Amino acid sequence: MSNRRVLTGNHFMNGDIATAEGAMAARIGFFAGYPITPSTEVAERLARRMPEVGDTFIQMEDELASMAAIIGGSLAGKRSMTATSGPGISLMMENLGLAAMMEAPCVVVNIQRGGPSTGLPTLAGQSDIMQARWGSHGDYRIIAYSPWSPQEAFDLTVLSFNMADRYRVPTLLLADEVIGHMVERVVIPEESEIEHWERKKPTKPPNGRFKPFEALDDDLVPPIAHAGEGYKVHFTGLTHDERGYPDMTPDTHQKLVTRLVEKIRVNADDIIRTEDYQLDDAKIVLISFGCTARSARRAVRDAREQGIPVGLLRMISIWPFPKKIIKELASNADTFIVAEMNLGQMSREVERHVSQPVVGVNHAGGEMISPEKILKAIKEVAGDV
Amino acid sequence: MRTEIRFSGFGGQGVVLMGYIMGNALALHEALECVMTQAYGPEARGGASSSNIVVSKEPIDYPFVQEPDILVALSQEAYTKFRPTAKDGATIIIDNGLVDPSAEDNTHGIPATQFAEYLGRRIVTNVVMMGFVTAVTGIANRESVEKAIEATVKTKTIPLNLKAFAAGFDYALEKELAK
Amino acid sequence: MSEMIVVQDHPLDNIIRKDRMPHIWCPGCGIGIVMRAYATAIQETGIPLDQHVVVSGIGCTGRVAGYMDIDSYHSTHGRALPFATGIKLGNPDLTVTVISGDGDLASIGGNHLIHAARRNIDLKVICVNNFNYGMTGGQVGPTTPTGAFGTTAPYGNPELPFNLPFLLAASGANYVSRWTTMHIREMKKEFLYTYSKPGFTFTEIISPCPIGFGKSNNIDTGLEEMELYRRRCELVRPGELPLDDLDINLIEDKPIYVGRFVDRDNPPFSPAKPKEEK
Ligand SMILES: Cc1ncc(C[n+]2csc(CCOP(=O)(O)OP(=O)(O)O)c2C)c(N)n1
Ligand code: SF4
Ligand SMILES: [Mg+2]
Repeated sequence: MSNRRVLTGNHFMNGDIATAEGAMAARIGFFAGYPITPSTEVAERLARRMPEVGDTFIQMEDELASMAAIIGGSLAGKRSMTATSGPGISLMMENLGLAAMMEAPCVVVNIQRGGPSTGLPTLAGQSDIMQARWGSHGDYRIIAYSPWSPQEAFDLTVLSFNMADRYRVPTLLLADEVIGHMVERVVIPEESEIEHWERKKPTKPPNGRFKPFEALDDDLVPPIAHAGEGYKVHFTGLTHDERGYPDMTPDTHQKLVTRLVEKIRVNADDIIRTEDYQLDDAKIVLISFGCTARSARRAVRDAREQGIPVGLLRMISIWPFPKKIIKELASNADTFIVAEMNLGQMSREVERHVSQPVVGVNHAGGEMISPEKILKAIKEVAGDV
Repeated sequence: MRTEIRFSGFGGQGVVLMGYIMGNALALHEALECVMTQAYGPEARGGASSSNIVVSKEPIDYPFVQEPDILVALSQEAYTKFRPTAKDGATIIIDNGLVDPSAEDNTHGIPATQFAEYLGRRIVTNVVMMGFVTAVTGIANRESVEKAIEATVKTKTIPLNLKAFAAGFDYALEKELAK
Repeated sequence: MSEMIVVQDHPLDNIIRKDRMPHIWCPGCGIGIVMRAYATAIQETGIPLDQHVVVSGIGCTGRVAGYMDIDSYHSTHGRALPFATGIKLGNPDLTVTVISGDGDLASIGGNHLIHAARRNIDLKVICVNNFNYGMTGGQVGPTTPTGAFGTTAPYGNPELPFNLPFLLAASGANYVSRWTTMHIREMKKEFLYTYSKPGFTFTEIISPCPIGFGKSNNIDTGLEEMELYRRRCELVRPGELPLDDLDINLIEDKPIYVGRFVDRDNPPFSPAKPKEEK
């Protein structure tokens, strides 16, 4: 294929392959995964590409192992990723919690298909929205992005690695089968133009006691030392103090878990990505993400032609939730519409933050919601306004 | 303007590659937006399969083909299955060695499989058809599609594929001249 | 009560996290003996301590990682091997040891165990087999002898146990041995040997758990169980006995076979590389 790490140039590729190339461009060092439709092409591409540049690809025995392995790879200092879908992401939830607890930066790609269970192996879903946020037990936060094109799959994979490293947090690329499998132009920039944020490292050489969980900066992110760097670190999934030592007391637990959550909350403005379309004078605010946002944009354009004051807020980041932005929009809007390929997950989250009516345009999954269906909902709402 | 194209045939005829090559030509060598989609899973196995592209001057929102403006059918089953999905007045292109269209249908035909056999490799049937489609529809420049072919097929097979493409393309020109 | 002896310096000071003492293990528990043998062995490997990494799963044995003053990782229940696989592949220069319990490695982590052995990945595994789930209070597990009692087997364990050396040998490990916590010298020597041996190595250490297994099975103290090892252990040379004869039945008066059962040099796992183009 090519011994270059970054395939600078114009390509016609699907979202899965663009995700893999995004990982390459982000200088992934370790990938562990287990095949599952519709994410398999990510692994297949990386199986070919990573060895070309001396990186390590391994197919593990299952998704439990894959997720555990990328945490190990990350704590050994490599940018690490896995990719899965459906039942696979459910298995990964166990150690997603471990990654959150150990504050191990890693990227987890979920090319969503229809669930629950084996569901629709080859067809799209967007119904892992709440699982992404709450799927492992306990309180924690993750970051999640949802691309609406292969180009954005590339871009957001790079961003996910950067965010994961900056905030020492597992970051999910919450794509869907439509984006994973559709082929479109992807422009890969020059290697020098690809942003690369480094992990925060200890400032002192390893003597005395380094504390891998002591966050002294305002961003609440502690520096990280990797295996083999001489810091004699200890990492555990148990509740731990700043040295990383188990300390199963309510006070330590309160302090640790609060920081894990606050770390994402206080940095939300840096993490959140949204895109506006015709929102300036919008009385009806349509919210959508991933593949569904493509239909939503067309529906807004068609509705505008009919004089309906509707605009689209496209959520590029899914978690953390763009609370502030939604509240601002609420100051001028009469109604919110949320279009998503599930039976009302994001709309519940919107409902929590606005007092206006929130109308859902939903489908359980398997086929993209059409622009016509969204337009119909907009017109119905406009008729009531 | 949004143009929708559906390539169809039976498994093994290289229908997905047709969509990929045409999409590649349009997205990378013409100043156009283009999305390609294909059926996955049980739907994609056996029977009539298809690959689909949407072309436009503007960014494409809804990526799926709803009513093709251009339908290419390489098998009878594909013709029967997909002919009703095409728009009124759509351009219908068939391998007329394999497809027997309904009497009232106005189609453009090429015996693509025969051409490919004549070239020595049945496997290039799809590329013969690409040449024909390119000439009949004028959707992309000849050079763009040739570049896309060169970028897609195995290096060794580029000369054969370009020959196949030219055969289809020239056949269309001859037919048009004859008209 | 015996008199308290205050020792200023301990030979393992630089390798045990003193600030984490006292440890959580019960009196008579064998895990500390294993940890000590491990700590002593790695100091003699000649590999700098900052290149040694220890990974554990969850359980009493899993706590070893927390006491070793080297880069140490206490993962989730059953996942020590894939976690360690990631570390090893993330930085192949590191020497990675996995220390965990029988339940962790062979039950919830059983799939990872056979696959790590099949890959023959360069991990040094020490499995502390105390025939039960110690941490959660003496439930039966994948190595509990048939008929033995446990808190989830009040009528006796109805299942058959794994013969771990047989399993690991069949799965592809380069090295398989078994010892008991009575074999202090052999343990250290064998641990040390595994560090010179590329590929997957598996050392099973039979260890008393008087609180979990002992209590339900009339082995009242750790010492009593050690005594039982002394009486029943038989050293087996490689190939001397078929591997499937190596199962242990602690509750019946049968020999406990110990020794190095497998010692071979199959190529260890190394990540794929592209074929050289001609
Ligand atoms: C997923 C999960 N299930 C169950 C447990 C509870 N648990 C903790 S330790 C343990 C058993 C440990 O047994 P073993 O590995 O033999 O270690 P030992 O305590 O005997 O050394 C169990 C079941 C857990 N921590 N995680
Ligand atoms: S319960 Fe058993 S294994 Fe656990 S510390 Fe006590 S004696 Fe050791
Ligand atoms: Mg045990």
